[in-house]
Amino acid sequence: MSEQIITITIDGQEVKGTPGQTIMEVADSAGVYIPRLCFLKGLTPHGSCRVCVVNVNGRPQTSCTQPIANGMVVENDTEEIKQLRKDIIDMLFVEGNHYCQFCEKSGNCELQAVAYRLGITAPKYPYQFPNKEIDATHPDIFLDLNRCILCARCIQTSRDVDGKTVFEFVNRGPEKKISVNADAKLSDTNLDVTDKVVDSCPVGSILKKRVGFAVPIGKRIYDKEAIGSEIEKG
Amino acid sequence: MEKPRIATATLAGCFGCHMSILDIDERILELVKVVDFDKSPIDDIKTFSKRCLVGLIEGGCSTEENVHVLKEFRKHCDVLVSVGACACTGGIPALRNHVTLEECLNEAYRNGPTVYNPDNVIPRDKEIPLCLDKVYPAHHVVKIDYFLPGCPPSADTIWTGLVALLEGKPLSFPYELIKYD
Repeated sequence: MSEQIITITIDGQEVKGTPGQTIMEVADSAGVYIPRLCFLKGLTPHGSCRVCVVNVNGRPQTSCTQPIANGMVVENDTEEIKQLRKDIIDMLFVEGNHYCQFCEKSGNCELQAVAYRLGITAPKYPYQFPNKEIDATHPDIFLDLNRCILCARCIQTSRDVDGKTVFEFVNRGPEKKISVNADAKLSDTNLDVTDKVVDSCPVGSILKKRVGFAVPIGKRIYDKEAIGSEIEKG
Repeated sequence: MEKPRIATATLAGCFGCHMSILDIDERILELVKVVDFDKSPIDDIKTFSKRCLVGLIEGGCSTEENVHVLKEFRKHCDVLVSVGACACTGGIPALRNHVTLEECLNEAYRNGPTVYNPDNVIPRDKEIPLCLDKVYPAHHVVKIDYFLPGCPPSADTIWTGLVALLEGKPLSFPYELIKYD
C-alpha cells in the first residue's frame, strides 16, 4: 500500500507531506522558513515560545506541534502574523537583560537573529530590568539567567539526550525560571562540558567558559545571512 | 529655500555613536550641502537657534540634566531618533539598574578597590546633575520616532536612516544594517 500523501497550502504554495508530520516539518522540507525559538530538531516540540504561530484555516496554531491535514490553508508570511511574532520577540527582550553589545553569543544568538530577520530596530515595550541570577560555579560552564527566554531546550536536551536532568523549571508565572537539579549550584550537578545540553541554548544563558569572542564580528553565523536562509536554500 | 537642520546630543553614552556619525567619512560633505547642523557636539553649538527637522539622540537618561536635554530636543525637533544601544535600550549605563543608586555611588566613591577618597564624601555639589534612580532608555522619557540600533550603529546605518528621513521616505534597512552589537 502506498503511503498517503497530504497536501496543504502555505501562503498559497502547495506543500506535500505524510500523516503525522507537523506544519513546520513540511514547511522546512519545502524550503519555507517559519521562525522558531523553542523548537530544536531531535526534541519533542511543545509550542511554548509561540514564535512559530501561523494561521491555520484562519486560526492561530503553533506550526511545530500542529499535524497537517488535507486541504489545510496556512498563512505564514502575512503582516498580521509577522506583527504577532514581533510582539513576542519584543516581550522576550524587555523581560530579560539582553545586553547584546557585550554578550558572547551575539551574532550566533537565535533570539537576536529572529529579531534581525523580523526587522526589529528596538522593542516597543518598556524595559523591566529584572534582577536575575548568574551561576559561574561550574569549572567549564556559565549559567546566566539574565538572557534566559524559558524555551526549555536545555531541560529537554539534558533529560532526553544526555539522560541527566540537570535543568528544570521552578516557580510559576513571572517568577518562572530555570533551576539546576541540585539544592545548590551548577558545580554540584553532574553536568559535563561535552554534554549536548551546552549547545542547546538559543541565547547566551548556557555558555562554555574560555571560548568567548573567538569568532570576529562579520564571520559569526547570523552576521551576513539571516536565520532560516539555510532552510530556504534547501 | 532654507536648508533643514539637524541637532545631535549625547546623554548617558560614550560618544561612540557620534564617532560613527563622523564615520560616514566624505559623505559628510554631501550632508552639509543639504542640511545645516544646529545644537550639536559636532559644531559645539550649545543652544537651539531654530526649529530642527531631525534630532539624533545618543545615550539614555542617567541624570536630571539628561532628561532636561532630551525634553529640549523633543520640543525643538520634528523627528527624534534614538541612535545606538544606550538610547534604544539603556545600554551599558543601564547595568547600574541592577543595584540601588546608593550601592552604585558607594562603590564608585567609597568602596571601589582603586578609590582614594580620604574624606569619604560622595560628590554632591549643586553644579553636578543629580543621578536618577535608574538609567532610562530615551523612549521611556519622551516620544521617540525612530530607532537606529547598534553599539554603535554603523556609519551606513546612520547614513541610510538620515537619507530616508531627509527624503521623507519610510525608514527601512537591509539585513546587514540592523545589528544590536
